[in-house]
Amino acid sequence: MRALLEVRGVVNRFGAQVVHSGLDMQVYEGEVFGIIGGSGAGKSVLLRTILGLRRPNAGSVLFYGREVGSMSAAELHALKATYGVTFQEGALFSALDVLQNVQLPMLEHLQVSARALDQLALLRVQLVGLPAESASKYPSQLSGGMIKRAALARALALDPVLLFLDEPTSGLDPISAAAFDELVIYLRRELKLTVVMITHDLDTIYRTCSRVGIIVDGRMISDTLEGIVHNPHPWIQAYFQGPRARARRSEHGA
Amino acid sequence: MYLTARRAADQLELTLSGEWRALRFADIETELSAVDVTGVRRVTVAAGQAQLDLTGAWLLRDFVDRTRAGGASVEFQGGEPPTLELVERCKSGQIPAHAHAHLPLHLHLHLHDLEAAPAHAVEGVGRHAVRALQSIDGGLSFIGRISVAFAHAWSTLRLRPVSVARHIYDTGVTAVPIVSLIAFLISVILAYMGAQQLRKFGADIFVVDLVTVGVLRELGVLLTAIIVAGRSGSAFAAEIGAMQLNEEIDALHAIGVDPIEVLVLPRLFGLVIALPLLTLVADLIGLVGGGLLCHALLDMPLVQYLNRAQSAIASTTFWVGIIKAPVFACLIAISGCYAGMRVRGSSRDLGRLTTLAVVQSIFFVILVDALFAVLFMELDV
Repeated sequence: MRALLEVRGVVNRFGAQVVHSGLDMQVYEGEVFGIIGGSGAGKSVLLRTILGLRRPNAGSVLFYGREVGSMSAAELHALKATYGVTFQEGALFSALDVLQNVQLPMLEHLQVSARALDQLALLRVQLVGLPAESASKYPSQLSGGMIKRAALARALALDPVLLFLDEPTSGLDPISAAAFDELVIYLRRELKLTVVMITHDLDTIYRTCSRVGIIVDGRMISDTLEGIVHNPHPWIQAYFQGPRARARRSEHGA
Repeated sequence: MYLTARRAADQLELTLSGEWRALRFADIETELSAVDVTGVRRVTVAAGQAQLDLTGAWLLRDFVDRTRAGGASVEFQGGEPPTLELVERCKSGQIPAHAHAHLPLHLHLHLHDLEAAPAHAVEGVGRHAVRALQSIDGGLSFIGRISVAFAHAWSTLRLRPVSVARHIYDTGVTAVPIVSLIAFLISVILAYMGAQQLRKFGADIFVVDLVTVGVLRELGVLLTAIIVAGRSGSAFAAEIGAMQLNEEIDALHAIGVDPIEVLVLPRLFGLVIALPLLTLVADLIGLVGGGLLCHALLDMPLVQYLNRAQSAIASTTFWVGIIKAPVFACLIAISGCYAGMRVRGSSRDLGRLTTLAVVQSIFFVILVDALFAVLFMELDV
């Protein structure tokens, strides 16, 4: 299997505090890869490093086998059209309505006529299960669940290969969170996406992830879900053997 | 090549090939629109060779719809591509919007980092010094990034006129009432104070010189710049800072859009256009205010005021004032936007940097005004 995304020996430091000390990670085509870690373990920092929003103190990030650091500005720009990102709080552009939010990446990367632009964006809005009327709403008029979906619609605007989700179900009520999980599974299957997901939510992990990477002690331990629950590391044991996890596992039969 | 068409009488056979991806939209659309379907009764589409993403499928469906509307029947050889079905499901709302089961029973609390403990006094001085140096360094590199973005926007002709117009309205048109009022009041104060002092020497007429030269050279542009720094400098910092908090700036980066190009440049251009125009308004209102006060307080006929004003001001007096306006506009816009961009993670930061933006831009405006004064004195204008 081809590794779409690879992180090699990344070190991230904030002053004296070391967040990542030589972190390695691989994401293969077609999988849903969950990134897990305690609060402050550096999940979001890792995502920011992968997306090029933060330069690591050492190490490298490779997309499709090519190192990001060696890419020219034009190549980087083209790279960004191949992945979609949703941020924790949605990060919808508050001055634009939902449809315009979805259109913004298209305007930047595609040469599209005005008619096609509207319809293509509306298609994305419907794809994530939002009613067509919500297309003309502004982010301030949307509920938390709708914001997450609208952000997903924007991330899917360019039919990406890779989809990054930062805590997609945080802040949602249990029913909306479960619905979002189903949507991710559905879209991964239908659009043949590869998904990288940061999450705290045990239910989301059991429902969606095919492989997980856990950040402990500044490094990543990654394995399949069945494999990782037997890892002897104390944090992992505490995570997967806690009362909540046991209830989940018996339910999912893992 | 994304498709090949074979025409036999009123039958058309389309064979799709290659990757119909969103990023190839323009090419695929050109090829599709080049297919001639006039007089065709039956179209057969073989899509087995091609891979369609959602955008590609939409293009195909759009073509199929148009063909059917033209009276021809469309059939798929070897079944419809799966993504085309997905387009249909999107349109008819058959997306699993609601799921059941798996109801988790727990919530997550996020504890944000506690505030850092206050540092030792000597250490604090050192930290301030380092931070001041870093902020100068950061400011210079910000100006560099604006220059690069400007060069890029200029060469690709993406100057975003709609956005610029909005900022001219926000920073210029809506500021006209307050700028006019303050220009009027200041010229009245100036004339009144001048008249009181100059009357002692019987030199009442020089009040006109004081008001006209003072307003045109210095006060008109300086007061306008200070009001705009307070109104728009803070607005720039707060708008961009709030977007920073909402991760909108990160989202722009991730999409591949340069935030400097879409957020900073339009504000900069808008203000560079708006501030000289506002200064013009302030100059006019200031001269009128001075005239009215001279008339009311000194019983000076307005004609005499105008005559005296004409002889008091040289042709350069007005230009010396207004030439400073675009420079001040740059200072205000850059200070405001830079402060906004530096907001990181907390609403306290937003408040601190918004205040800083106003203080900094007013400081820079006055500092540069002083430099201009020295420059014009040396140049003898």
